[in-house]
Order: sequence, then C-alpha cells, then structure tokens
Amino acid sequence: MSTTIQPPAPPKQVNRIGLSVADYKGGDSTLCAGCGHDAITSQIIKAFYEYGVDPRRVAKLSGIGCSSKTPAYFLSQSHGFNGVHGRMPALASGVMLANRTLISIGVSGDGDTASIGMGQFVHLLRRNIPMIYIVENNGVYGLTKGQFSATADYGSKAKSGALNDLPAIDMCTMAIELGCNFVCRSFAGDPKQLVALLKAALAHRGTAMFDVISPCVTFNNHEGSTKSYKFAKDHEELLHEISFVPFFEQITVDYKEGEVKDVEMHDGSHIRLRKADVDFDPTNKTEALNMLRRCQDSGEFFTGLIYVNEEKPDFLTQLNMVDEPLATLPQERVQPSAEDLKEIMADLM
Amino acid sequence: MSEQSPQAVLEEDQRSDTKELIINDFSIQVATVNGSGSQSSNTVLMRSIFQMGIPVSGKNLFPSNIAGLPTWFTIRANKAGWIARRKEIDFLVAMNADTAREDVMSLEPNRVVVYEETLNLKQLRKDLHFFPIPFAKLASGITTDARLRKLLANMIYVGVVGELMDIDPAEMEAALAKQFKGKAKAIALNKQALDVGRKYAADNLDRSVVPYRCERMNATKGKIIIDGNSAGALGCMFAGITVATWYPITPSSSLCETLADYMADYRHEENGKATYAIVQAEDELAAVGMAIGAGWAGARSMTSTAGPGISLMNEFIGLAYYAEIPIVIFDITRVGPSTGLPTRTQQSDILSIVYCSHGDTKHIMLLPCSVSECFDMAVDAFDLTERFQTPVFVMSDLDLGMNNWMSDPFKYPTRKFDRGKVLSAADLQRLGSFKRYGDVDGDGIGYRTLPGTDHPAAAYFTRGSGHNERALYSERPDDYKNNMDRLAKKYETSRTAVPQPEVEYKKGANIGFLAFGTTHWAIIESQDQLQREQNTSISYYRLRAVPFTQHLVEFFQKHDRVYVVEQNRDAQMAALIKLELSPELGAKIRSILHYSGLPIDARFVTDAIVAAEKGEKK
Repeated sequence: MSTTIQPPAPPKQVNRIGLSVADYKGGDSTLCAGCGHDAITSQIIKAFYEYGVDPRRVAKLSGIGCSSKTPAYFLSQSHGFNGVHGRMPALASGVMLANRTLISIGVSGDGDTASIGMGQFVHLLRRNIPMIYIVENNGVYGLTKGQFSATADYGSKAKSGALNDLPAIDMCTMAIELGCNFVCRSFAGDPKQLVALLKAALAHRGTAMFDVISPCVTFNNHEGSTKSYKFAKDHEELLHEISFVPFFEQITVDYKEGEVKDVEMHDGSHIRLRKADVDFDPTNKTEALNMLRRCQDSGEFFTGLIYVNEEKPDFLTQLNMVDEPLATLPQERVQPSAEDLKEIMADLM
Repeated sequence: MSEQSPQAVLEEDQRSDTKELIINDFSIQVATVNGSGSQSSNTVLMRSIFQMGIPVSGKNLFPSNIAGLPTWFTIRANKAGWIARRKEIDFLVAMNADTAREDVMSLEPNRVVVYEETLNLKQLRKDLHFFPIPFAKLASGITTDARLRKLLANMIYVGVVGELMDIDPAEMEAALAKQFKGKAKAIALNKQALDVGRKYAADNLDRSVVPYRCERMNATKGKIIIDGNSAGALGCMFAGITVATWYPITPSSSLCETLADYMADYRHEENGKATYAIVQAEDELAAVGMAIGAGWAGARSMTSTAGPGISLMNEFIGLAYYAEIPIVIFDITRVGPSTGLPTRTQQSDILSIVYCSHGDTKHIMLLPCSVSECFDMAVDAFDLTERFQTPVFVMSDLDLGMNNWMSDPFKYPTRKFDRGKVLSAADLQRLGSFKRYGDVDGDGIGYRTLPGTDHPAAAYFTRGSGHNERALYSERPDDYKNNMDRLAKKYETSRTAVPQPEVEYKKGANIGFLAFGTTHWAIIESQDQLQREQNTSISYYRLRAVPFTQHLVEFFQKHDRVYVVEQNRDAQMAALIKLELSPELGAKIRSILHYSGLPIDARFVTDAIVAAEKGEKK
C-alpha cells in the first residue's frame, strides 16, 4: 500500500457545458499514419468542444470508405451509424425527420459522395436537411487500393502512373447550384481555417457542405497528384482569413471599416472574414460561382467560405412538424381517436 | 373446359334460360379507353348496387398508360357474398372500338351487350342480346363541350344499365352525390346524364330479354367500401406512424398518397403542427434509407413499394436486418419488371422478400387477404418491428391494394403500442451500461437506445454484421457466429408473435387447401363449389404470416395431400413450406398456380382440383 500523498491534480479544463476535450474523443484511428482524415477528425473534436456542443445530442453518420470509418474516432458519447455505400444522406435525412432536435454530422468521401452517392447527395442539398456534410476529398479510392475517383483532376497521375483522362466533378459548384446555403472548401493541413468553418457550420441552419482536400498518404501523395500534401500546401490560397465568434462570446477585436465582412448566423454567432489576397464576397451567389469557375479553369486552389446564406428555411421547417422529436411522441399524440375512425368509416359506407 | 362438372353445366344452362330472372347474381363488364373518365361512372354503378344491400366487388383491369389504351372494369354482384373475381361476363358495356370485337366474341351465349351504336357489333353474333345506344348523340343533347360529352356518355351507360337491371334511381343519385361530394355543378350535370340514359332505355329497349335484375337485400348494411392501399394507410395512421418515405411506383403509390390525405386531416395538433413527416424520396434507395434512419432514431417509420422497388432496396434492407432496425415495408406485389405488366396482379415476391438482401437473412412477412387485414396488419407490423427490431413486410398485391372491396368497418386498435426494448436515461442510470447486441432475456432481442438519450453510456455505434455484443467493431469468428445465432433465435421467437393462421379442418376431409392473401376469396368460393358439385369437403389453412407456426406441420400430418394455391409461376410459397417440413410431409404438397396477371377465380381452382384429384386416383 502506497503512502505517498499525491499532489492535487491541476484543474481540468472544461468548455461552457462543463465537458473536457476527452469527452469529445473517440476510439483510436485505424487509418494510415498521416492520413488527412485523422487531421480532420482532430478539428471536429476541437470545434465541437470549443463550441460546447452536447455530444449526447449529436448523431454521426457515414457511408462506406476510409472517410466513413472516422465517426468511430470522435465523439464517443454520440450515437453513430455507419451505413451503406453512398447512402448516408438518406439515413441522415431519416434521422433528422425522426428527431429534429439532434445535431447531425455526416462524413463521406469523394467516392461515397461524387460517384455511388451522387443521387442522394444532390437531393440532400436540394432539400436542405440541417446537417454538417463533410466530404474528405482525396481524389482516390483508398480502401480498395488506389483507383481514381470522380473528383480526381483531369491530367492528375495515379500511383500506378496512369493519367486521369476524365474531368473532375466540382462538388462546391454543384452544391451552390442545388441550393445549398453553406458551402466551403478547406484543406486538412489548415487546422485553423477548418475549425473556424466547422464552428460556423454548427451555427448554420440547413445543410453545411464541406469539400476538404484530405491527402491519401498511401495512394495519392506522390508527384503528379493534385491532392497531395505538397501540392495542396504549395497551391492553397485563402479567400479570406476567417474567424468565428460564437453567440456566447463578446466580439472583442474591432476591424477598420471595409477590412472585414461580418456574417451574422441565426443563433447570434458571427463569422468574421478578413480580406486576403482577393476581393471576394461569399454572400453573393454569382461571385461564388465565378470564383469556382476560375479555380476550375486555372487550377488555382482557393479555400475558405465560398457561399453562405442565412435566409433560407431548412427542410424540417418547411414540413411544419411539432417542435419535439417525432420519435418519442406519446401514443395519445400520434393515434387519432376512436371517434375519428368512426367518422372515417361512416364516410366509406 | 373439359373438366366441367355436370352441376356446373347445369348452372350454365340455367343462366341461358332468359325467361327466368337471375336476381343479384351477375357480373357486368365495362370496356372503355383509359383516360376517358369512366372510373367515376363505374364507381357510381358499383356503389348503387352496394347501397341496395347487394354484396358487390369491383375490379379494374387497366393498362400501364395514362390515356388511350383499353381498360375493363368488372362489377360482380353476388347474393351469396362471393367477391372473388368471376371470369364469365353476363353483361357487357362495350365502349371501346379497339376491343369491342374480342370482348363480344369471348362472351358465353345469351349474354347481354350494350354498346355505342356506331361500333356495329350486332352482326358479329346471333346468340347474344344486343342493345345499340347512340351515346354520343345523347351526350350532345346535354352539352356542346366535346370533352364533357365524352365524360357524360359514361354516365349515360350507367343510367342505361340501371334501367335495364332495376337499380334503384334514388341509390344511383345517392352514389352520384357521394362520388362528386360538394361539387354541385358536376352532380347536376351527371344526374342529367343518368336520367337521359334511363329514359332512353325505358323508351327504346326491350328489357324482357335481359334476365339480370337487382333486388334490394340487406347484406351490405353497415359495411364500407375501400381499397387495400387506403386501408393500409389508415392502419399506419392509427398505429401512430411518424415517418413515411416513399417513391412512386404502381401499384403502391396510392398508399402513401392516401396516407398524406388522411394525416393532413387527423394528425395536426391545435397549433397546426404535424405529428408526422411524409417525404417523397428521389428513388427507392433513398426511400428505404430514410425510413431506416428514422427507425434507428426511434420513429415508427414505413415505406411502401412494389417488386422493382424491393430489388433496389435490397442492400439497405440487409443492413436493417443486421443492424437490427425497426422499419415497416409494404410490398404491393405486381407483375414486373420494368415495362412488364406493372398494372397486373401477382403474389410473386414471396422468395425475394423472405430472404431479401445478401448473406444469411430471413424476414417477417404479414399476409393480409382483405382490406380489414390491411388495416389490422399495418397496426401489427409497427408493434412487431419495434419489438423484434427487424424489418417487417406487409405483403399486399395489386388486386387487394388498388381495387375496391366491401368490408365490415375496421376495429379501433385499443392496445398500447409495443415500442420494444428501448432504454431511457433513467434505465441507464440504474444499469450503468448495456450491451446493444446482448441477449439478456433469452429471446434473442437486445436492448437499444435512441440518439439524443441524455446519458454518457447511451451511445453506441451502428454498423453491419461486424460487431460484438457491445456494438464494438469485431471481425472475430466467435463474435460473428454468436451474433448470427442470436439473430436466428430472435426469428424463432417471432413465430408465436406474428398473426397466427386460420385453420379450418373439414370433417372427413383427406385433402386440404393452403393459401394466403387475395387467393383466399377464390378458395372459399371453390370450397363451396366443390362441396355442391363434387360432394367433396376440403380443409383450409390460411397462412397469415411467415415465419410459420407449429400448426403447419399438424395440418400436413392430418391430410393426404395439401394443395398450395398461389398466384405465381414457381410455387414460391410451396417451396418455402417444403423447407420447413420433413421430406415425408413435404411430399404431400401439390401446387395450383395462377399467373396470368389477372386475379385468380374460384372456377379455376375448382377445375384444377377436380383434374388433379382424378389424376391422383388413377
């Protein structure tokens, strides 16, 4: 038996709801060391912790692929559902219909979204289901060992040396065209931007779509790839410097007039976008689409918040449902009366 | 029909004796072009007979087309209450030039034909009673609007039939008022058409050659008329459905559409907010996925579809089976695939449903035969799916789902919903933790929690079959096998919980019928025919669900031969039953198969039994 007196533990750092970072972690990752997806996982943990999201109110959803494994690596106190390939959007939609009070985060990949899941992806955006939808985009099928995906750039080189001779699908352009009101592009190697964007997405009502370049260190990190760490680092240009002020914090830094654009979110949080290399207004749909067009034509890699619109209602609002979760409404609120049945029967006689 | 019995021949002969009136026992067929608006007229005609207290059934035989192809509506009135399809037609209303010739040629002698006079059918046969009517001319006397004229011609034939067969004008008017509820102008115009038809028939037609008459009875009092899809929709509503996600496909579309109509009336709270969500998905993959997501999160969720939709849903259904997620799936079976015969009926999805998806899967199927069972089994399905945490299929068909059936009013489901084994935060506080896929109670059913449960131990991670009892990822052989064995045990547990069969042992019977779903109506009429015509008693096992119960073995033990009657080519239910029985009992299976796309009729069954039994005795 030890008699050593332990020094008091330093006070545990907690967020606004009294939870520590550890409460937002998940199981150990089984992905390759250095995988971009793990970097994104870390930023999800950080963003949810700092924003003070209650993990018990979160549903984590995914399809199939390396990216889709990651929900097991964050928020262990949240229910998770690893569905079938390309069909996480339907699961997420159903979850939100059943319980509108949940916060949904879906993690997908470029194969899961832009190929097999394209049909569901576009309809999720069209409906504007409230959720964060992250595409961990590495331009390659990792789990089946290196086939090109539909987001691989034209002319990019596979590990085998083959050149991609098909055009890439631009998920951001597609998202804006289909009515998504929160569209961003980021890079797994840019944690500061990613955390700010994730928090902004938590404050958004509707689908928040993330196209995050997330290099595959095993199958797509070589010379000639346009989704490698080196390529992304060398080419990333910022649309703006983004910072996020959550609703529970005061805005402390003041900028000069014209130096920063402020977007107020529906929960009272603020996105602050400080001008960077280009003149760009993400609240202007035409400008956003033009910017994406420019990137496609020139091969430039701009990251940041591409389009945001806080005015549009989400799908659940349009359905005019009760405020409580449908899933747990008591029998008396979901079963019409015997009198009602009698009335219906009389009408059929 | 070389196997026709002497009694049957006698019955046919009586029918041709025009001097004797045939009361409340006939079938009327109206041959029109789809899109011509004949549906309302036919409903009014059927309803008028029903309101006279005469048992009636209506079957719409329609093409996969919106306008311009032939469609037939058959009304069978039968004082004894037989409501199965009857293939012999007594009274033909021929309005379609394209089919008129074939329609007329297929009639038995001495039948009655009312037709648009320009079709010139009279010279086709000498042994029928023809009534040419100038429908177009009569309609133009009511309106000059060309489109309306076509619609009104349909109501004029209803008037003609009513006059020839003694259908009470007051009931016709009441049926009209019901059909066009609240549309005074439409009612007035159609009433005028009815009267024009009646008057023309009274003034110009010699009805003494028409033997068929309607006479008031008291056999439909307090009964309703409804189609199976509407009945299923009502069942879902009274079962407290909260999420319905679907994709349009014939013949199931009207289930969710009707559900949406009823829910709009009965499932909004005082502040106008809905206690449900109904979403038309982008395809069946999404429809079932949304329903599974909703079921996982705790909703009473449902999707409805037909065979081709089931094919698309396969992968997701397998996931729901392995991840153990409640979801109700209505399969309104039809002929398929693609541009097969999507508007014709069949019971052809039995094997594709029971083992739906990849890997070792087996599912619960409920088999309603009537509209009231569509209602009751919808209610049962939600309790079963939540209790067993597995997909539950309600197997209707086009004949049941889309045709109008007479029924007793549905009984209000008074029991408390069975929401299954769901742990709350308070339960977790008491227990400390739980094993999502453990078998605590010895019934194979684990406990689950819903996302949003406010307890640190509530969360678990859902995935396919690669998990251990605690829902942690595992590829260990023993974890996989244990899980598979528990799933099998769960299925065993469900045997006594599903709707039990209705078994009728006939005294002295050494042979039995086994049937399910809409085949029932042909079976009970055939039992009667065989009793009267052959003096043969046949027992009857009406299957109401899969998995089977121990009654099945007993039924086979007690009979020499069991005729499994079903509406598909490959004897799918018989094959499934064979797997369940010992080789000795399995050898007693005989199959009677009907797969023309039309609903099975009693005479077909009777003829098949007579022929088969003759063969057995050789």
